[in-house]
Amino acid sequence: MRIPCPLCGPRDRREFTYYGSDDYLNRPAPDAGAGPWDDHLHLRANPAGETHDLWYHEAGCAQWLRVHRNTVSHEIYGAALVAGLKGGAQ
Amino acid sequence: MRYSGFRVIAEALTGHKGWKPVWRDPAPKAEYDYIIVGGGGHGLATAYYLAKEFRQARIAVLEKGYLGGGNVGRNTTIIRSNYLLDGNEPFYEFSLKLWEGLEQDFNYNAMVSQRGIINLIHTDAQRDAFTRRGNGMILNGADAELLSRDQVRSMYPWLNFDNARFPIKGALMQRRGGTVRHDAVAWGYARGADLRGVDLIQNCEVTGMRIEGGRIKGVETTRGFIGAKKVGVAVAGSSSKVMAHAGMRLPIESHVLQAFVSEGLKPLIDGVMTFGAGHFYVSQSDKGGLVFGGDIDGYNSYAQRGNLPVIEDVAEGGMALMPAIGRARLLRTWGGIMDMSMDGSPIIDKTHVEGLYFNGGWCYGGFKATPASGWCFAHLLAKDEPHKTATAYRFDRFLKGLMIDEKGQGAQPNLH
Repeated sequence: MRIPCPLCGPRDRREFTYYGSDDYLNRPAPDAGAGPWDDHLHLRANPAGETHDLWYHEAGCAQWLRVHRNTVSHEIYGAALVAGLKGGAQ
Repeated sequence: MRYSGFRVIAEALTGHKGWKPVWRDPAPKAEYDYIIVGGGGHGLATAYYLAKEFRQARIAVLEKGYLGGGNVGRNTTIIRSNYLLDGNEPFYEFSLKLWEGLEQDFNYNAMVSQRGIINLIHTDAQRDAFTRRGNGMILNGADAELLSRDQVRSMYPWLNFDNARFPIKGALMQRRGGTVRHDAVAWGYARGADLRGVDLIQNCEVTGMRIEGGRIKGVETTRGFIGAKKVGVAVAGSSSKVMAHAGMRLPIESHVLQAFVSEGLKPLIDGVMTFGAGHFYVSQSDKGGLVFGGDIDGYNSYAQRGNLPVIEDVAEGGMALMPAIGRARLLRTWGGIMDMSMDGSPIIDKTHVEGLYFNGGWCYGGFKATPASGWCFAHLLAKDEPHKTATAYRFDRFLKGLMIDEKGQGAQPNLH
């Protein structure tokens, strides 16, 4: 797998650390209560097919990426910097 | 037909003309008391124990492909009960005890071989941790033994004992652990269930669930609607897909785990060995192939095939532990899809839908759990309460902070 980093170009999957679904960007308010936090931390759609998930370009630009890819074919459609997205660093 | 040595001799003398198909191939009926979704090891074991131990009822197993065509046919066949935590160890020890009596119980040769498993130790801290684990196992009725470096050397003198990073300083051993012929487990349970009247329905994929007033009424399938009073889902690897039909999001991600077999070699490893620090474990099949594996690939996947970086990583682990492996050629590699749960432990529980039950989240350890998983799921389906060894495997443990996190990694499925 090669991930097209917006800053570094297409790079080998080994340069990246995987985090998980982009659900992590939709963080509930600190006082939202146990239910929304349980949902945020633990429950996943886990789709078979297209998905958006978070990868850290550890051995490259040290940026978090939101990668659009396919969990069945391993095809990668694109990647964007998390910085600037809702839930990312502004 | 009951299998026996006499039967084999009688068939040999008469040209093997008396063997019959091992199970029927029935069409689905309009309604059942129990539907088990998933004709893999866990689903078939559930149907078998439900029919044998708990209920005389109308039971069907629905399988989207062929029986035993999923992870029960793709794993590395290891059985063991070397867990630490109270939520896990009694369950896995129950499973190991069921393995020990399984072949007599279902009258099928599953080649259960208690050849022993060792977990290698490389540091004093690791020896402390394994001592604690061994004590935990013994307290729960399992067997555990701490081996010295010399004891390991007498078993496997060709290991690399003086690796600069991970010198071998001993091992935790469970002599009752071992391997089982994985396909035969599925076939034995399938035959046992079929003999007790369970309909095993293949090429029948669940495409929807009919839920009315918060109660399950049956499942939509590629072979039409099938009604049911109770539905149990045991489809690890595809759990999120199937439970989405009931509107559920699960504390599970699907990940790919690869496995490897070398060409056939002369007898080298008579047990099972894990090199956790190097992300490598290995045993040798009766045909002589080294059966080995390592970590999951680490990103969500439903592809049933992995990528090359993990193959390289596993090969490096193998070379570090046993340099002799360098001359062996790899025969094949494959991948299976794991239900990786948020704490690395499974779920056997009711759902918010009355009559709908779930069994999954087995991570990469589902095979060894097959008998107890089937027994406990059948117990839950029949009695509506969890078996005493499976009381911790609840959905709400994540909400309540009662995680069973053997590795202490937190809610990060790809690290378990």
